[in-house]
Amino acid sequence: MASVAVTRPSFFRRPRATTGLAAWLTTVDHKRIGILYGATAFVFFLLGGIEALLLRIQLAQPNGAFLDADTYNQVFTMHGLTMIFLVVMPLSSAFFNYLIPLQIGARDVAFPRLNAFSYWVFLVGGIFLYSSFFLGGAPNGGWFGYAPLSSGEGFLPGTGMTYYSIGLQIVGVASLASAVNFIVTILNERAPGMSLMRMPVFTWMTLVVSFLLLFAMPVIAIALFELGFDRLFGTLFFNPAAGGDALLWQHLFWLFGHPEVYILILPAMGIVSEVLPTFSRKPLFGYAAVVFSGIAIGFMGWGVWAHHMFTTGLGPVANTAFALSTMFIAVPTGVKIFNWLGTMWGGSIRFTSPMLFAIGFVAMFIIGGLSGVTHAIVPSDFQQQDTYYVVAHFHYVLFGGAIFGLFSGAYYWLPKVTGRVLSEGLGKLHFWLMLIGFNLTFAPMHWLGLQGMPRRYYTYPEEAGWGFWNLIETVGSFVIAASILVFMVNLVRSMSRGREAGADPWDARTLEWSIPSPPPHYNFAEIPDVRHRDELWHRKYAEDERGRPVPVVAGAEHHDEADDEEEHPDIHMPDPSYFPLLAALGLPVIGYGLIYFWPVAVVGGLITLAGLFGWSLEPVAEE
Amino acid sequence: MAGDAVQVPHTATGLDNRKLGMWAFLGSECLFFGSLIATYLLYRGRSVQGPFPEDVYDIPYTSVSSFVLLMSSLTMVLALNAIQRGDHRRLRAWLLATALLGITFVGGQVFEFTVFVREGLTLSRNLFGSSFFVLTGFHGAHVTVGILMLLTLYGMSLAGRLPSERALRVELVGLYWHFVDIVWIVIFTVVYLIPS
Ligand SMILES: [Cu+2]
Repeated sequence: MASVAVTRPSFFRRPRATTGLAAWLTTVDHKRIGILYGATAFVFFLLGGIEALLLRIQLAQPNGAFLDADTYNQVFTMHGLTMIFLVVMPLSSAFFNYLIPLQIGARDVAFPRLNAFSYWVFLVGGIFLYSSFFLGGAPNGGWFGYAPLSSGEGFLPGTGMTYYSIGLQIVGVASLASAVNFIVTILNERAPGMSLMRMPVFTWMTLVVSFLLLFAMPVIAIALFELGFDRLFGTLFFNPAAGGDALLWQHLFWLFGHPEVYILILPAMGIVSEVLPTFSRKPLFGYAAVVFSGIAIGFMGWGVWAHHMFTTGLGPVANTAFALSTMFIAVPTGVKIFNWLGTMWGGSIRFTSPMLFAIGFVAMFIIGGLSGVTHAIVPSDFQQQDTYYVVAHFHYVLFGGAIFGLFSGAYYWLPKVTGRVLSEGLGKLHFWLMLIGFNLTFAPMHWLGLQGMPRRYYTYPEEAGWGFWNLIETVGSFVIAASILVFMVNLVRSMSRGREAGADPWDARTLEWSIPSPPPHYNFAEIPDVRHRDELWHRKYAEDERGRPVPVVAGAEHHDEADDEEEHPDIHMPDPSYFPLLAALGLPVIGYGLIYFWPVAVVGGLITLAGLFGWSLEPVAEE
Repeated sequence: MAGDAVQVPHTATGLDNRKLGMWAFLGSECLFFGSLIATYLLYRGRSVQGPFPEDVYDIPYTSVSSFVLLMSSLTMVLALNAIQRGDHRRLRAWLLATALLGITFVGGQVFEFTVFVREGLTLSRNLFGSSFFVLTGFHGAHVTVGILMLLTLYGMSLAGRLPSERALRVELVGLYWHFVDIVWIVIFTVVYLIPS
């Protein structure tokens, strides 16, 4: 590296702590950042879940009076924003962070400090959004914040939607930074021999998601800037009286919003593509087809956005074109589903907790996918638009899909993180409670929607006859809550009493299972030399003449636990840094300043600038 | 501000991490400016009251400031060339020249904005004002960030902290700077030159 000797003023001394609060505040270790992402997103998951319960209590009976209309609007908006931007995206990030370097045989991500910056920006963005509850009211215009409803003077007064425009902008910075980071990490930091087509499918899906984020985040950034400027500085982007277009927001939002759907679901698909082969003791069926269908989804996801806008009067030609493209995009998704079924077919299946959640993912995602195809049919969509049928659809995809997939990943990889396996009994209880609660909650929404029950209304009259199924849904939502409690008990219990995981508790296939659990801070004592897809499996098993796996005699290939205890002074890791945290802290200060008192925004800008300067002037690691 | 790879001297693709990262970021920026330009084009000719573009644009003036910005790409190339040859005195001269040309451009933009405001065009006057100021304002902000980076490089070089082995830093700022220039060429063509 650099040959210049740099003398540094003492007040910029590099943080040195490896334990305690200071260590976590300054960490640049991808594993610690992954844990921070996961823990923070889980807290937001609980908040979003409590919001869901509030909504369900309100809707349990006709003419409910538990929440007033305005509070209801805030709660359903924050529920959606939380689950999408503060739960599923950062939970996926938690898996990216912890696993990608381990799966590709690297010691860290390409830009460790940028990685820390992403996390801190996500955290302060989430806190900024939630602070609106105490500062005059949360966003109340739905997660898609349709302008002019959200931008106009008299429509949604108060600062809620201003918090929306600034808060999502901040969270978006985090996503953009991590997109750049993971693209470079996956392309550049692969171990020798880890060609693209030897990468684990989860790594592949992370790469596709990173590209989707890279190109989708700037589009919503512009939409949010225009919305924020309309609200703060009196621009006219969404003002129909001045000639502003009532559909501009919808086009920009859904041009981001549909790729966003794949940003939410592809990580779960990647997780399932790792879990199913491991517990079927077979390689993934049609690896190349799964990879290429993932890439195809990444491309086609850009050409379907107007299926969210069929009822806005785009005209029959546009509607037909987007209906066709939407049906087409179901094809690569279907390819994946058959590949997963093919993976299980004829395998020796072990029904462990991660496997159950993975199977649950496939089953629930099929239902959500099929109801999605019914939206692609324009006349049918005219009937379903803005009813509970749509709510049912996207919960089957994002809860039945993404959340089940993420829990599958949690049961599968938490032993790698904590060193201890979660209880199988509690895991299965969690799974069955969640599966039953989920279907009780969301299946009836299909028929309520077809009966015409509109979404986003805070109550409904008794004569509508929707009371019975709404009550069932509310019961279901509490069953889901109980299942999450079981998970939390399981997690806490496993930390102290769980079975020791060892390096490879599942007899798995990929590189992360070749190192101890939890991994040492440098991950790999020696950078692996990759010769196969499913590298670890090939180190453990050869094939007999009929293609069945035969264990290789453990010997030189098996790593020596004692060896991993050494300190390895020859391995240089990046040093911790204060600056990512400092740079992130300025952003919400800018936000509050813009809303309340603009000189504060200048202070925020200077804080962020100071962080960035300090960051660019300090070396990655001290000599 | 991105990290130097500590542990892996060479990468799987052979491209430096920071360079690949910068390319990815600039790809993202294409959609950032693309969305702004799309908004401007959508609202072309849809303002319900003046001033309209033909009332305020001073094409010769903006052509000159565009030329200034274009020239700064040339000086940027010369700066990179200087550090790669190990000529640090010229490096600083060209970095400073690039920054000064950039400052001239941004100064010209500030002047242009004040003239427009005096003629009655504000952010909230009409759709033209909203979409014009936000598009060109974001571009100006990007140029300003570039100027800050150039001056930082200049300062580092003065302090002896920009040896030839770190020429990549100059190259990265150069990539960003050329990109911002190219975006301006698109904006100048689409916004100023093509009549509504
Ligand atoms: Cu969509």
